[in-house]
Amino acid sequence: MSIHNSDSVNEVSHLDLEAPDRPYLDSNELIINMGPQHPATHGVLRVILKLDGERVLGTECVIGYLHRGVEKIAENRTYTMFNPYVDRMDYVAAVSNGLGYCEAVEKLLNVEAPPRAQYIRVILTELNRMASHQLWLGTHALDIGAMTPLFYTFRDREEILKIFEKYCGARLTTHAFRIGGCQYETYAGFEKDVKNFLTFFAPKIDEYEALLTTNRIWLERTKNVGVISAADAIALGVTGPVLRASGVKWDLRKAQPYAAYAKFDFEIPTGENGDTYDRYLVRMAEMRQSMRIVEQAVNAIPEGPIMAKVPKVIKPPVGEIYHSIEAPKGELGYFIVSDGSTQPYRLRVRPPSFVNLQALDVMVRGLLVADVVAVIGTIDIVLGEVDR
Amino acid sequence: MAEEVKTPAPPPPPVGDPKPTAEKPAAAASAATPPAAPAKPAAPAKPTGPVPVPWTSPLVEKYRSQYGSGLDAQTYLGQNYLTVDRTLIPNILRLLRDEEQFDYCVDITAVHYPKREKQFDVLWILYSFPRNERMRVKTQIADGASIPSSVSIWATANWLEREVYDMFGITFDGHPDMKRILLPDGWKGHPLRKDYGILQQDQEWVQINLGIESGQ
Repeated sequence: MSIHNSDSVNEVSHLDLEAPDRPYLDSNELIINMGPQHPATHGVLRVILKLDGERVLGTECVIGYLHRGVEKIAENRTYTMFNPYVDRMDYVAAVSNGLGYCEAVEKLLNVEAPPRAQYIRVILTELNRMASHQLWLGTHALDIGAMTPLFYTFRDREEILKIFEKYCGARLTTHAFRIGGCQYETYAGFEKDVKNFLTFFAPKIDEYEALLTTNRIWLERTKNVGVISAADAIALGVTGPVLRASGVKWDLRKAQPYAAYAKFDFEIPTGENGDTYDRYLVRMAEMRQSMRIVEQAVNAIPEGPIMAKVPKVIKPPVGEIYHSIEAPKGELGYFIVSDGSTQPYRLRVRPPSFVNLQALDVMVRGLLVADVVAVIGTIDIVLGEVDR
Repeated sequence: MAEEVKTPAPPPPPVGDPKPTAEKPAAAASAATPPAAPAKPAAPAKPTGPVPVPWTSPLVEKYRSQYGSGLDAQTYLGQNYLTVDRTLIPNILRLLRDEEQFDYCVDITAVHYPKREKQFDVLWILYSFPRNERMRVKTQIADGASIPSSVSIWATANWLEREVYDMFGITFDGHPDMKRILLPDGWKGHPLRKDYGILQQDQEWVQINLGIESGQ
C-alpha cells in the first residue's frame, strides 16, 4: 500500500509538484476488514481496521462466529454430561478447561479430589500448558514470517499429545478428569513417558530460543510492538502471560493455589515492557517452569485412590460458587448456580481469551497493519473460547 | 425495595424440590453408570448442605453504617458476596475500586429467575490484587429495567456488559456501545433467559441471512 518508510507519511503530500496543495495520496481514512477468513486471525475473527495509510487508527472486533451457546447447553445437561463440552472451548488447552470445571463442581459439592488425582491433574495440566504455548509459538512465529518454529513446535507437541492419547484415548478434547478426581489410573509406563518427555523437551526449548530470541528480524517485529501498561492491563481485566509481561507478578497458581500447586516450587516469570517480545519471553520461561512442576510432581505421585466419594448422580446443594484457575491464556473461571437439581441452574464461563481480546484495540493503535497480525498472535486467543 | 434485597442469594424458586425430582434424574443417570441404584437414598440428603452465613469484616461494617438496609453481606463456602440495592450500584462499585482496592473486575454476568418479581440477578465478580481477595456484588432488577454501566470504573466492563445485554436483554445506561456481541445485530431474543428454549432460534433471521430453512 505505502511505498515509503512509515515515518515519512506526511512527506508524500509534497511530492506532487504540479499542485502542491493536493495530497499525493488520498489522505482519507480507510476502513478495511481483516477476516473473518484470514489465516492470521487464528480462526474466525473479524477485525475492522480504521487506517490512515498503513497506520492503525482504531479497531473493532466482530466475534461470535463460533458461538455455540455453551452456557445454554450447560443449563440443559447434567453436571456430568456437561463435562466434555468444556473441552470444546479452549480446544488447545482442553485439560485446563476440564480441571477448572471439575474443581468448580467439586467446590459446590464440598468434596476434594484425592491427592493422587491432584498430582495426575497437575501433571496433565502442565503438559497441556506446554502444548498450548507450543501451538502459540508456532503459529505466532508463522504469522510474523518465521516458518521453521512451526515445524519444530508441532513435532515436539506431538510427544505431549501421545501421552494424552495413551492416558485417556484422546489427543485434543481429552475429557481427562471427572468430577471428584480422575476416571483413569495412569497407564503402565506413564511416569517413564513423562520423564522421557522432560529430558527430550529441555533442549528443544533452547532450540526454539536459538531460532528466535536474538534473531534480528524477530526483535524488529516484536520489540515495542503492542505495548500495554500494567495499569491498562488491569483495567482491561487482562490476565495470564499478557498481564505478567507487563510486569504484574500474578499467577493464580501462586495467588490462590488450587489442585496440588501449593506443594511445588516454581517461579512466576514476568516481563518489563509489556511488548510482544516480553510476552514471548514470559511464555518461553513459563514452559520451563511447567517442566519444573511436572518433574516435581511425577517424582512424588502419591499412592491411593483417584476418585473421591462422589454420588453417582451429582446434585450439588442449593448455592452458587465461582472458581477459577490459571489456564494457559489467563484466568479461566466458572460461576455456577445450583438449584439443588441435577443440572446447573446457570453456568457462566469467564473466558480468558474473550477478555484479553478486548485489549487488542489498545495494543494496536498507532501500529502498522502488519503489526496487527503480530499482536493478535501475541494475545494468544482461541476463538472457540472467545465465542463459546 | 430493601426487604426484597435481603432475601439471601441462592436461587429461590426450586428450593424445596430435591426430593420430588430425585427419582427421575436418578433413573436416567443410572442407565449410564450401571450400579447406581443402591446409592440413591444417600443422594437426597445432600442438598441440606452448607448455608450462607453472614459475612463480617471491616469492609462490610463500613458500608453497612453508610448504606444501612440497602446492603446485605454473606459468605457461602468461603466466598463472600454483597447483595445491594439497585440504587446503590454505581456508587458502591466505584467505592470498592477506589477505597477497597478491588481493581480487577473479573466478570459481569446475570442470572434469570422468571418467577421472581425482579427477574434478574446482575453480578460483578471482583478481585483485588493488593488484598488477594475476591468478592461478588449482586443486585436484583426487574425485566426491562436498566442498570448503570461500570465501563468508567473498569474498562473491561465494556464487552462483559455487551454480553449480558446480548444474552439477557439487560441494558446498561451510559455504556459507550450498547449492542450485541456474540449474536448477530439483527437477532431477536435473548438466549440465556429461561423462557428461551434450547432449540429456539430466530427463524426469520436465519432464513433471510443464511438462505436456509432452519439452523437446526
